[in-house]
Amino acid sequence: MSSRVKRDTARGFWFVLPAVAVIALVTFFPIARTFILSLYKYNLKFPSMKAFVGVNNYINLFQNQDFLNSLTVTVSFTLVAVSIEAVAGLLIALLINKDFKGRGMVRAFTLIPWAIPTVASAQMWRLMYSDQFGVINDIAKKTGIVHEYINIIGRQPQAFWAMVCADAWKTIPFMALLLLAGLQTIPPQLYEAARVDGANKWKQFWAITLPMLKPTLLVALIFRTLDTFKAFDIAISLTNGGPASSTELLSLYNYKVMMNQLNFGMGATISIVIFIFTMLIAFLFIKVLGANPYGK
Amino acid sequence: MKNRHKNILGKVLFFVGVAFVIFFMFFPFYWLFISSLKGDQELYKMPPNWLAHKPLWNNYIKIFTEHNIGRNLLNSLMVSTITTLVSLAIGSSAAYALAKFKMRGKNFVLSLILSVSMFPGIVIVSPLYILFQQMGIINSFASLILPYLTFSLPLTIWTLHSFFQQIPDELVEAASIDGASPFKTFIKIITPLAAPGVFTAAILTFIGAWNELLFAKIFITDSKKFTVPVSLILFQGQYDSAWNLIAASSVVITLPLIIMVLLLQKYIIAGLTAGAVKD
Repeated sequence: MSSRVKRDTARGFWFVLPAVAVIALVTFFPIARTFILSLYKYNLKFPSMKAFVGVNNYINLFQNQDFLNSLTVTVSFTLVAVSIEAVAGLLIALLINKDFKGRGMVRAFTLIPWAIPTVASAQMWRLMYSDQFGVINDIAKKTGIVHEYINIIGRQPQAFWAMVCADAWKTIPFMALLLLAGLQTIPPQLYEAARVDGANKWKQFWAITLPMLKPTLLVALIFRTLDTFKAFDIAISLTNGGPASSTELLSLYNYKVMMNQLNFGMGATISIVIFIFTMLIAFLFIKVLGANPYGK
Repeated sequence: MKNRHKNILGKVLFFVGVAFVIFFMFFPFYWLFISSLKGDQELYKMPPNWLAHKPLWNNYIKIFTEHNIGRNLLNSLMVSTITTLVSLAIGSSAAYALAKFKMRGKNFVLSLILSVSMFPGIVIVSPLYILFQQMGIINSFASLILPYLTFSLPLTIWTLHSFFQQIPDELVEAASIDGASPFKTFIKIITPLAAPGVFTAAILTFIGAWNELLFAKIFITDSKKFTVPVSLILFQGQYDSAWNLIAASSVVITLPLIIMVLLLQKYIIAGLTAGAVKD
């Protein structure tokens, strides 16, 4: 080891220490505690009855219908929402990937849905979905899609799709922006060469655009999949999980077990399961599909 | 001739496409805004008015006088600002060392920090709740700022790390030959050069903290200390019929972010795309 490395490592230690210490304190230490808690029967209502139960919480959890329902809802929501967002985001990115007047403005406005709080965007959608003052019901009735106004977020399966739609509205622009940045790194010479060879736009898309965009697309997909899988805000503020738990995402179910039932032992178990799933998703993307979220 | 027709058709399709995208993005805002101006009678009506015929600006005064949203805005402003400053203070020094020092184990530290940004927030809720209760900081802003650092520090460190890497090593070495300490080099030379990066990290952190709901809803139960997302979700539960006021509140808590995004879009786009696109 050169003396430079030795000296820098010693100095760097002090530069990095505060950040790593904080992260350890508020992340690693609590995760370890959550794991330990998940092995206990522990309800805040009856703290004296705390008892070690080993993996029993996990066994019970996977036999619990509410949990299994919530898991199904979350997996379907993630698959459906992320696919729609990726396809629509790609279409928009391709659309605005050319020079036109006002492109900068379109790009800036694209950021707005992404930046606003999900709680606020959920209120927007509730105002539009409502059967008492909502514009979507108005349009649906006028165009003959429905004959009577319906409470969209109070029905199955409409509520699920209403949640997908609200989530897509907020995220498609973000997806488009990331993919646009990726498209702009593709050298134009590739397209010129393809044109000389007589490849049409469709062929160019499959032979050049998609393969060149793959790294960006995978990184966008990994972050979107993780975010959607752990989504909480949209479910609690749009439908609060209803009707009949058809929109109860895992994080919301976890929240209710902890904060309404005060069942911290089972709550911790659900948290650990969510944690393991997120790590599996990240692993799948990075090791199997070759996504590289580390950038360079 | 045929080509020209094709060209015009392409242009028309392009503008229809762009117009559709803009409409899809903006219509929800429009509906929110006109709903916020409607009185009860005009609001609860099917089919709805597509315009507010008797705009009631009083709704906006009401949410400040009767529902004290000013307090919530102030709380959010304080929490977000402190989170941003703390993240920058401890995140920038870590990012600098990881980018510029020839340290052992820096890739390990970097991937560790990145993996933290993927962790679901809910996994740390129960132990932190018990810990904060024992420490007596439930209902204080500290109980929000601490967990917010779990997402803001990885974000700050990764953003700044990529900005610091672009600063030439010669500058750092020249300063050290001139006898400047690493700390002095960092403050006097590096930080000003990395200003756009610092700005980017600050904005992204601020937005993240402003919008956060899960921790804010669990760790704060005193209504005087609610942040804006929490106040909005409780408003929904408490005054289920006051949808015009809910709409007005949504406008008010969204507006600061819209202004920020439009003024600072350059920095935000730089930050968001830095991770996804390799140069």
